[in-house]
Amino acid sequence: MKTSVTLTINGETSEHSVEPRTSLADVLRESMRLTATHLGCEQGVCGACTILVDGQPARACLILAVAAEGLDIRTLEGMADDALMRTIKDSFHEKHGLQCGFCTPGMLISSWDLIKRRGALPERDIRVAMSGNLCRCTGYQNIVRSIKAASETWAAHPEVCR
Amino acid sequence: MKPAPFTYHRASSIEDAVAQLSSEETLARPLAGGQSLLPMLNLRVAPVDRLIDLGRLAELKETQAETACVRYGALLTHAAFEDRCVPDGSNGLMPFVASQIAFRAVRTRGTIGGAIALADPAADWVTTVVAMEASIEIAGPSGKRSVPAAEFVLGPYMVALEPGEIITAVVVPRRSSSERWGHYKVARKIGEYAESMAIALVDRDARNARLVAGATDGAPLVLENAARAVLNGKTGAALASVIREELSASGRDFPATKLHLHCTVCQRAVEAIHS
Repeated sequence: MKTSVTLTINGETSEHSVEPRTSLADVLRESMRLTATHLGCEQGVCGACTILVDGQPARACLILAVAAEGLDIRTLEGMADDALMRTIKDSFHEKHGLQCGFCTPGMLISSWDLIKRRGALPERDIRVAMSGNLCRCTGYQNIVRSIKAASETWAAHPEVCR
Repeated sequence: MKPAPFTYHRASSIEDAVAQLSSEETLARPLAGGQSLLPMLNLRVAPVDRLIDLGRLAELKETQAETACVRYGALLTHAAFEDRCVPDGSNGLMPFVASQIAFRAVRTRGTIGGAIALADPAADWVTTVVAMEASIEIAGPSGKRSVPAAEFVLGPYMVALEPGEIITAVVVPRRSSSERWGHYKVARKIGEYAESMAIALVDRDARNARLVAGATDGAPLVLENAARAVLNGKTGAALASVIREELSASGRDFPATKLHLHCTVCQRAVEAIHS
């Protein structure tokens, strides 16, 4: 049986008719066509569906759409104008931080949160913090390089980046 | 995979949640942060007819700092502890443990009450609350009650909750400022469930020590003989032999490799205590 739910996604509210079992990730992808949010494992391990909920990273596959009413939901599409996100994207471009691109939206959002909270980081800390995002191309070397460079750029020149 | 169909109810109060969960006609489960339950539903390993969402109950997210203890609402997230958004009476042990749970994107949603209610033996909070001699506050059809953490966890995924009952808070006694803690955890990869973990609490001034082995095949094991040996200054091989003896005598059927692992992890937790 479907129920109606009002969601706030990327700053705009919209109404959705969903089954209680429908995940937020499926609403984002199927009804909103916000396909930057990828679904890999659907059990919280791979990190491909990582989005921001009330400004904090969360797994879109582990949140029910019916339970998401009133939350501030932000996907990668909704961060197009964000200065830190632009810095990270540039860095992924520069350092070749992606191959097939499937894990990339989750990588970008997780690293956005990491840099925002902790600034410039040594490689080890980046590897620990990014352990919840899997890259099946195993392109970790360049992903870590990209994040490290972005964190250093952001910490050194926040005024330029912003 | 996607979950099998179920119905959903957003609880408006603790009483409402308890009433909904007490229904005998449907298999109802409470939903807290959902970071274990949702994967289980997605994998269809946890049958449920009706989910009762506790997520909007503000009273389950409150903290009360008292002289002798801190009372943490069951719905506080791991990230709230990690970020020290809540008062700490554990000399930093709870924020540290929280920072070691799964991944940041899980810690922002997963809750302390949810983790304890599920009682996965490998869950970090289960061992931690037993080590800290916390008590678990419960609300249910027959009112409120409080159970010591060591009696709350009965076995793997088995707890002292009766039908219709939910955890409302975790009450942690403030540890003495002269107490020091050590923590050690072995996991296959960062963020993975532990293969073994242990917490040691030692207060040499008060001559008090606790050593708790977790991520075993059941409830955490409180090793009293080993804790006494630590207080009496035993270290190295002498301490290891006391730990091994006590683990062997615990009635658990540890294979040799697991026994060795738990023994090593307990010893390293003791060694991790910074004096």
